[in-house]
Amino acid sequence: MVEILSKALTRILSTIIPSRVSGRGRALVYAGLAIVLAIVFMAIAAPLLTPYDPTRRAGRSFQPPSWEHPFGTNNLGYDMWARTVYGARTVLIVVFLSIVLSMAMGVPLGLFSGYYGGRIDRALSMLMDAIYAFPSLVLAISLAVALGPSLFNAAIAIAVVYVPTYFRMVRGQVLSIKEELFVEVARALGIPTSRIIFRHILPHLIPTIMVVFSLSAADAVLTEAALSYLGLSVQPPTPDWGYDLYKGKGFVLSGYWWLIFFPGLMITLLATGFALIGEGLSEQIRRERL
Amino acid sequence: MSKPILIVEDLTVYYYTLKGIVRAVEEASLKAYSSDLVALVGESGSGKSTLGYALLNLVPPPGRIVKGRVIVNGVDVLSLRGDELRKARGSLISMVFQDPFTTLDPVRRVGDQILEVLLEHGVPLEEARERVVEVIRAVGLPERMARAYPHQLSGGQRQRISIAAAIALKPRVLVADEPTTALDVIVQKQIMDLLDDVRKTTGMAIILITHDIALAAERATKIAVMYAGKIVEYGPKDKVIGDPLHPYTKALLKSVPDIESREWPRPIPGTPPDLRKPPSGCRFHPRCPLAMDICKRKSPNIVEVEPHHYVSCWLYEGGEASG
Repeated sequence: MVEILSKALTRILSTIIPSRVSGRGRALVYAGLAIVLAIVFMAIAAPLLTPYDPTRRAGRSFQPPSWEHPFGTNNLGYDMWARTVYGARTVLIVVFLSIVLSMAMGVPLGLFSGYYGGRIDRALSMLMDAIYAFPSLVLAISLAVALGPSLFNAAIAIAVVYVPTYFRMVRGQVLSIKEELFVEVARALGIPTSRIIFRHILPHLIPTIMVVFSLSAADAVLTEAALSYLGLSVQPPTPDWGYDLYKGKGFVLSGYWWLIFFPGLMITLLATGFALIGEGLSEQIRRERL
Repeated sequence: MSKPILIVEDLTVYYYTLKGIVRAVEEASLKAYSSDLVALVGESGSGKSTLGYALLNLVPPPGRIVKGRVIVNGVDVLSLRGDELRKARGSLISMVFQDPFTTLDPVRRVGDQILEVLLEHGVPLEEARERVVEVIRAVGLPERMARAYPHQLSGGQRQRISIAAAIALKPRVLVADEPTTALDVIVQKQIMDLLDDVRKTTGMAIILITHDIALAAERATKIAVMYAGKIVEYGPKDKVIGDPLHPYTKALLKSVPDIESREWPRPIPGTPPDLRKPPSGCRFHPRCPLAMDICKRKSPNIVEVEPHHYVSCWLYEGGEASG
């Protein structure tokens, strides 16, 4: 549901500006950046934004949104606004960790595999395709179950899922860039291979890596939410949007809509923000290549 | 003459493709002395570029150097491995490529690209910086161009930068693979003047790979004519152009338009052979107007018909010169 919503939002925002407008890509990037940076700010400045502790009772249970409790309170009387701002920390840490981990694995492997080719390349490609063939959520869930619920394990589970995305993208680009004449020249002039890979090939990949980075970050937000919804990420009472969504769902029929509305909204917003950055960047790249 | 700077002996390169073995270069031998400009001429697919790459031990897969020796300044380049080979490239033997629009890394300043070559060969930073300035001046560009990106330069300027990077370490031999083909004639002349200047001032030998016989005739000191992977004739320019011996060289010279002669250029009938299944005996025999019986059966050796003038043809085997 959340995923569909986030995709729909991205689609709507990116169709508001017609694709003919030259600044469209940039506008999408700025919109996405605004959302993501606002949430990052929330995470950093959490103690300044709320007087309440997200893991302590702040008042009566099930209070609807008010000036006192802008997002209401939950069944335990925790302030939902406090849980939302502190929850941003959890999701950002998991997403950041997992993306950095998968990039740190996928990018170098893709570089070497693409550059050297041969048997190692075939073996690695097969392994990556095998991982890629799994539905990503199912794979993340099974890994998280196997590793045991914790913030760090959730990050690893998500990271593994996105390694093939980086690997395939980087490898494909390397295959084409290594045929460029300037790579041949570098070889003819005695530049060491490692330097050719990191100084002559890698810089050309940075734009594409940025796109994959933000698109997979958007995905990772949703996966993290799913994992913590299932109780496979951080453990309560640590604030986390996915977990709050799960807890809140039980009370929806009693009319306490704010318990799921705000966590859901935040997940959607953050995923949309990353997706917008990715869309905008890839639009920019496509435009430059025309 | 002194000792040759470059000795190529029996160099043989095959491409092991899925469709068979392509015999791209077969038993090529060459010698070049200090300040020589050896032009390697031949049609497309005659193996001249492959030979150029082989001189740097840089034949792209699935190509492989099957046998032969390449000796530059007393060092056998083909026996070098790993880091030694890497360091020999650039400092001992270097290369300039055809298309100056793609030979420079578009995202880095050209000065840094030259600097990198020097640093990776162990030149200290300060000295390397000075060398960059020196070499950019030497190729006739203003110093400030070091800070430019390739897209800010013209084709001629880029080719000058490529040459600067290739000669920065003062290699003894420079392989130039069609360095002027992508440029207009005025710039062509300037680049050739630059290469002439470089070899005369540094004593570097240049191997010029080209299909432009007029260019070879004008600039080279020696010419090697390649046909279907073999060097068929090799000698001083005046001999090869003025008094060609091999029927292919003769036919090639007649196929070039000449503005002063009233004769029409005459194309060579037939097509170059498929190098996966080269013809038996002399590879030129199916197209040769003077083909004899023996040409179909046995491949001629390359013999020195007159001093420094070599030819591979049954008409001259045994040393008797006849027209």
